[in-house]
Amino acid sequence: MAANPKVEAVGRDLRSGEEYRLIGTAFRRVDGRAKVTGRTQFADDLDFPRMAYVKLVRSTVPHARIRNIDLSAALAMDGVLGTLVGAELPDKFGILPVSEDEHALAVDTVRFVGDPVAAVAAVSEDIAHEAALAVKVEYELLPSISSFDEALRTPEPQMHDYADDGNIHKKVSLKFGDVEEGFEEADMILEDTCYFEGNTHLAMEQHSAVGVPEDAGRVTVYSSTQTPHYVHRALTKVLGLPASRIRVVACSNGGGFGGKSDPFNHEMVVAKLALKLGRPCKVTLTREEVFYCHRGRHPVLMHLKTGFKEDGSITSQHLRTALDGGAFGSYGVASTYYTGALQTTTYRIPNYWFEGARAFTNKPPCGPKRGHGTPQPRFAFEVHLDKAAHHLGIDPAELRLRNLQPPDSVTANWLRIGLIELRECIEAVVRGSGWKERYGKLPEGRGLGLACGAYLCGAGLPIYWNHMPQSGVQIKLDRSGCVAVFCGETEIGQGSDSVLAAIVAEVLGIELEDIRLCVGDTDLTPVDLGSYSSRVTMMVGHAAMQAAERARDIIARAVAAQLRVSETELVFADRRVFPAGDPDDGLDFSAAVVAAEARYGTLGTTGSYIPPRAPGRYRGAGVGPSPTYSYSAAVVEVEVDPQTGVYDCRHVWMAHDIGQAINPVLALGQIEGSIYMGLGEAMMEEQVFRRLPKKLSAALVHKMPSLLEYKSPGFHDMPGITSYMIESRDERAPMGAKEVGQGPLLPIMPAVVNAIFDAVGVRVDQVPATPELILKGLEAKARGRPARVGPTRFPRVDYGTPVEVPTPEQGGDGRARHDPKHRGLRSASGTMKDRDEALKERRSATLTTA
Amino acid sequence: MATATALPTGFTAAVLRVNGDEYPVVFPTHHTLLEVLREQCGLTGTKHGCELGECGACAVRVDGEAVLSCLKLAVEVRDSEVETVEGLQDGNELHPLQRAFADFGAAQCGYCTPGILMVANALLDRNDDPEDAEIYEALSGNLCRCTGYHRIVTAVRWAGAMARGDDWRPPEEDFHGADSQAPHAERSG
Ligand code: FES
Ligand code: FES
Repeated sequence: MAANPKVEAVGRDLRSGEEYRLIGTAFRRVDGRAKVTGRTQFADDLDFPRMAYVKLVRSTVPHARIRNIDLSAALAMDGVLGTLVGAELPDKFGILPVSEDEHALAVDTVRFVGDPVAAVAAVSEDIAHEAALAVKVEYELLPSISSFDEALRTPEPQMHDYADDGNIHKKVSLKFGDVEEGFEEADMILEDTCYFEGNTHLAMEQHSAVGVPEDAGRVTVYSSTQTPHYVHRALTKVLGLPASRIRVVACSNGGGFGGKSDPFNHEMVVAKLALKLGRPCKVTLTREEVFYCHRGRHPVLMHLKTGFKEDGSITSQHLRTALDGGAFGSYGVASTYYTGALQTTTYRIPNYWFEGARAFTNKPPCGPKRGHGTPQPRFAFEVHLDKAAHHLGIDPAELRLRNLQPPDSVTANWLRIGLIELRECIEAVVRGSGWKERYGKLPEGRGLGLACGAYLCGAGLPIYWNHMPQSGVQIKLDRSGCVAVFCGETEIGQGSDSVLAAIVAEVLGIELEDIRLCVGDTDLTPVDLGSYSSRVTMMVGHAAMQAAERARDIIARAVAAQLRVSETELVFADRRVFPAGDPDDGLDFSAAVVAAEARYGTLGTTGSYIPPRAPGRYRGAGVGPSPTYSYSAAVVEVEVDPQTGVYDCRHVWMAHDIGQAINPVLALGQIEGSIYMGLGEAMMEEQVFRRLPKKLSAALVHKMPSLLEYKSPGFHDMPGITSYMIESRDERAPMGAKEVGQGPLLPIMPAVVNAIFDAVGVRVDQVPATPELILKGLEAKARGRPARVGPTRFPRVDYGTPVEVPTPEQGGDGRARHDPKHRGLRSASGTMKDRDEALKERRSATLTTA
Repeated sequence: MATATALPTGFTAAVLRVNGDEYPVVFPTHHTLLEVLREQCGLTGTKHGCELGECGACAVRVDGEAVLSCLKLAVEVRDSEVETVEGLQDGNELHPLQRAFADFGAAQCGYCTPGILMVANALLDRNDDPEDAEIYEALSGNLCRCTGYHRIVTAVRWAGAMARGDDWRPPEEDFHGADSQAPHAERSG
């Protein structure tokens, strides 16, 4: 497109305050019909001739060396087609380049109950199941680690030799500004120790993948994955094949929530078995196995110390976190940073010290779940603020309003904040809940709690270092008037297909029915990094807008020539292209495409998006930046039975700073789904483990790997919900639209426990806040002891020497004070400087042309 | 129907009636209706989330009753009428439940949807104007991880209204969000 003259004023300026035609309306989602008729194909719905069924043999012990794997009995069974063991796939993989520590199948060590050891393929699932049971594995047991504390005490044997310190996988210490001086200036210093239990995604669809051998030694993997591009990369490494010979197709996911965003061992296994047996090979995990895949919320113990002035303003904060990471790295390094990174986005914290550490334990690996690493410290902070408000005699809503981070600012830890509508959010829920009249004044047993949160609209950096677009869209148009849109994005239920189609339709003035999508296919679609970090609307949206605007420009030139009018007069709307002053003199959209096709030949355009560079230059600055942030505020009303501690959430008022809803029904659905999931975490959900008695192997096992026992909210548990969408278009976002899939979850957990305090005067400094805990607090209160339940100690962790970074207010430049000459990191695709230059000319230089 | 002796042991041959169509199938006798629908009949609209009777994703109708197909052996329904999500629409026209679910965001990932549609369908056939409490009761065995449930309940009510020819529709705030300037209103919780 570099050669095309820029046509600025064609159609309406969609970035201005002008009304959209389609964006913002409650249209039926583009995949809606398929979803209600059973036509959506999830991975397990796929069937291929001669398909074999695969089962994984999983470790029954938490930590051991594998002495021997005896496959003979399995291989002797009728219908068994083949087996696979770790030695056949010796190369490691993992989502983060810094922690590629997983094998497709354990090579010599198993690290948790459920770790896959071998695989069998058979003509039926029944036979594969029987054969898997017939595989005999001999183990030599190793000591196992069940908690962060145990990991700290047990540096040897190391679970992974790349760990920062013994079995402490990762340690971070980042100090921004003069933290000690900030505490000295404070009139009040508050300290809290809080705990957030681990929990899991529990997507209704069990993970499934099919490997299909293709011509010329190629292989296709269909999978329930949120990140086909990263799966593609991992397969390349593990199979030892060029990426061009591997195709990954992401099927529609039956829910993801972060649980399908790692490349998984079962995906590697079916690809290898397909190539080995020359047959399609399918694996579908049982629900129990899904609990072993996990990658869910890290259990995090936190210590928070904050200095406040009498007027409530924050002078300094020191946050320490201890994460129980499970057996592998997964996203853990990022998760660790995320337990500190977004703490500064809501309220002004002039001096901030964050220390975080993640331990390896012999349990299924933790990873990213909705909110990734942020809900835990957000919980601690918002509970802490509620207490501060009480001590200072300031209303909790008012305390937050006094501390709001200003818009268009840079935080102490160098995050660039754009538009903030947190004030409007707080005011909306305060108004709606009757906060001023009701907070602190409801009858005993009933209470209100308020909390806020902020989240990314896409992680600023890709998972592996590169300067290429993070999202790409290709558009093909032809004389039929049908517009085909190709993009690597992945529909996980959040509505990404609808966002993509609606943006293209809006720009071209056509209907959703005129658009065909081809998504999530590494052979056919340009790379998009995946459905994680709430990045899709922002990044796919930008790329789609650019590709559509380029298509519009080409068509406009052709139509302008044909009608002998100026391009700048043309409007694209109602499936027509016409001069603004003379609507009758236009062409139907398909006739307009014909004009362009005749004039310029076969038509196609591309669009791409790279987020702007963030100002932080210190080690660790890569986690936290985002093109902009979304904000949420919630008030929760609870009713607690003081006899039993049993409580109900009666109502939730939630306001979300969304910029612009692409589709308000879908956006409200994300808000409601976030509230639901947040209530599950606040009230009941926990992924917990226990040791079997010594005589039964003493193994560390999942307490309840089933849908029945892992408690999650049902229809009866849901409170009434009032959702406010605060719309003020953010120019950093496509069509002004920010994220809505994760942010609204964040305030829920702290708002619930803050409401419990208002109801019965008990502080529950941990979630899930179970009736047992509340009862304990009530009993303590009755005996005149502090009515507080939760962790009482924080382990002594050596977080290492802090990296000291002067803040913007101190006149810093984003670099650490004693950073050994920070040389620009290089990647295969260029340097930071190349990238910056490319960014400047974003509309032409870096991008492939149409 | 093939005679039993022509079959290897452990297999059953039957003609299943699903959505009014006949499916001559041979299947392992211990297989569930869920497995046979998906694997022998090719009707993959019916989903599974546990295969232990815990999630409701596999619900279908057998002689009108909503049942969990993962807990039902296929041999048990040889003489029954089975209905699945594939049979819900009328020709190419969506059933009111399908329209309401698609338009109201009651299906996000859509994985729980077929099971919920079939249970709701059985409910509406009994009572086309159910109270919310009855809808909760009927759907209490169905888990949905995406929606937070409200849209499902309201969509069922909307579908009931459509089926009755009543022009009730969900409140405007469910389509566009609540008015952020509005003061507190007492709610029933
Ligand atoms: S699959 Fe039947 S209830 Fe879950
Ligand atoms: S819509 Fe995803 S589980 Fe219900």
